[in-house]
Amino acid sequence: MKMRTRKFLGQLFTLHLPLVPFILFALFPFYFMVVTSFKSDGELYDLKAVPFLIQRGATLEHYHLLLADTPFLTWLFNSVLVSVLATGISIVIAILAAYSLARLRFRGAPSFGTAVFITYLVPTTLLFLPLAQVVNRLGLADSVWALILTYPTFLVPFSTWLLLGYFRTIPQEIEECAMVDGCTRFQALIRIVLPVAIPGIVCAVLFAFTISWNEFIYALTFISSTAQKTTTVGVTAELIRGDIFYWGSLMAGAVLGSIPIVLVYVVFMDYYVSGLTQGAIK
Amino acid sequence: MPTGAMDRKQRALGTTSAVSSPAQDSFLKKTSLFFQREQVMGYTLIAPAFILLGVLVAWPFCMALYFSVTDSWVGQPGSFIGLRNYWNLLHDGIFIQTLQNSFVFTFSAVILKTVLGMTLAMLLFRTVRFKKWVRGAVLLPWVIPTALSTLGWWWMFDSLYSVFNWTLINLGIVQVGPNWLGTPYLAKIAVITVNVWRGLPFFAITILAGLVSIPQELYEAAKTDGAGAWARFWYITVPMLKPVLAIVILFSTIFTFSDFNIVYVLTRGGPINSTHLFATLANQVGLQSGKIGEGAAVSLFMFPILVMVVYFQLRFVRKE
Repeated sequence: MKMRTRKFLGQLFTLHLPLVPFILFALFPFYFMVVTSFKSDGELYDLKAVPFLIQRGATLEHYHLLLADTPFLTWLFNSVLVSVLATGISIVIAILAAYSLARLRFRGAPSFGTAVFITYLVPTTLLFLPLAQVVNRLGLADSVWALILTYPTFLVPFSTWLLLGYFRTIPQEIEECAMVDGCTRFQALIRIVLPVAIPGIVCAVLFAFTISWNEFIYALTFISSTAQKTTTVGVTAELIRGDIFYWGSLMAGAVLGSIPIVLVYVVFMDYYVSGLTQGAIK
Repeated sequence: MPTGAMDRKQRALGTTSAVSSPAQDSFLKKTSLFFQREQVMGYTLIAPAFILLGVLVAWPFCMALYFSVTDSWVGQPGSFIGLRNYWNLLHDGIFIQTLQNSFVFTFSAVILKTVLGMTLAMLLFRTVRFKKWVRGAVLLPWVIPTALSTLGWWWMFDSLYSVFNWTLINLGIVQVGPNWLGTPYLAKIAVITVNVWRGLPFFAITILAGLVSIPQELYEAAKTDGAGAWARFWYITVPMLKPVLAIVILFSTIFTFSDFNIVYVLTRGGPINSTHLFATLANQVGLQSGKIGEGAAVSLFMFPILVMVVYFQLRFVRKE
């Protein structure tokens, strides 16, 4: 019994208590956003009121304002459309490229691999100015299609890199067996390799979707009309008018804009953890 | 359509769908075999990625190089002015300030993330109870859209209603709270804090994976040889983590240096340009003022710096 209490106390001071500030640091901003979004304006702008709690009753007025008076649902729809299409296109391209780099010997393959890695490291902020001109010239300016076309530029290198690591862990023998039995290589890819690689593909899809949903600079600079904006830009740019901030609705927009990705995250948490580590270590 | 062509087309369709003539068959087989060859198949599968990256990464990069040596405005081609954009930038107070900001920002944020990330990873490594939920909570800032979570931070740093100021005042530490985003050095601290908050999960989770992969026998052997906790950390944990750390720091340096979202939402580069980074300045010069040539030059200044970072880091990783 004594041993157990001592062990418990030891753990309390060296493990549980030091973890508390980290968890508070990570979660407090979300907690505060949610609290703010449900607080009535009277309490929100009262300097004497305790900011951490809702004491004068929760209200849905900020959410009502957001959904009734702003095109928030349009932005949400645009985000879904862009993220789903950009992810779908990128994953197909990345599967083909990663398979080719992982399995096939052809001249220049190592240089392609390096090129993919280098483009993976090119930050989006380096190219947004000329890319805006390219998008203009293609006649896609000010449309969600500009984003669907340009998001693959960072999703493909990333997913290819992730999948390349994954394909390499799949033993080559199972494909060779299938090909001896009369499969073509392409059939072997579709019927043998892909089913085995599903965890890796799920991972790539999740990351690509998350990155598209969170993307900001392209969505901000390629699009100017309200109806074509995505959630991140719509909430950030359109809800702030002049010097008057609607903090309640702003926080409501930030909360609602994050919820879809949080739901995906809660369901697939393990994939996020493994994908994050793979992307960096492989 | 002339009947001859029609006839030929029908015959062609017929042969592929029904009975095939030997010549046709061998043609199909040849085509199929041609695509089965590793060389051909390799190029075919990689072609979509190659075309995409060529048209939308390599080509814009060349355009950026071209813009940066012209005096173009948005929508109007300019004339060649050599390296004058770069020369002007190096003599521009705001640009020099941005250069300084970027180094201070990247250096402090990456160091903080490394130290805190290491600490957090070691705590997570020993966590047994609610392991999944603790890790889930820690990773959350990395998952939420940065632009939206930064709005939350903006509200927390508000000049009048800041929750930090409320706490400081009510704890009796200060009489009047500071104006976080209106004071240059406090705004810098604010921007770095948000960056650390958002980047810490990546460090912690990746270093945690590195910790898990260290064989426990090493620690046991060191223990029997009488090595203390500190010695074990310094002579086993740190060297074994070096490759993982190098990669994490490489990624983080690049993406911290080129950050846009946090500064744009929190301060727009102000007050008095004290938080501008390359990306926010490029946006202000290139798109908001319309001087796309000069804006491109601002962005491109990042390039040699990033190349050097990558070069040294990769050399370090190879050596390890």
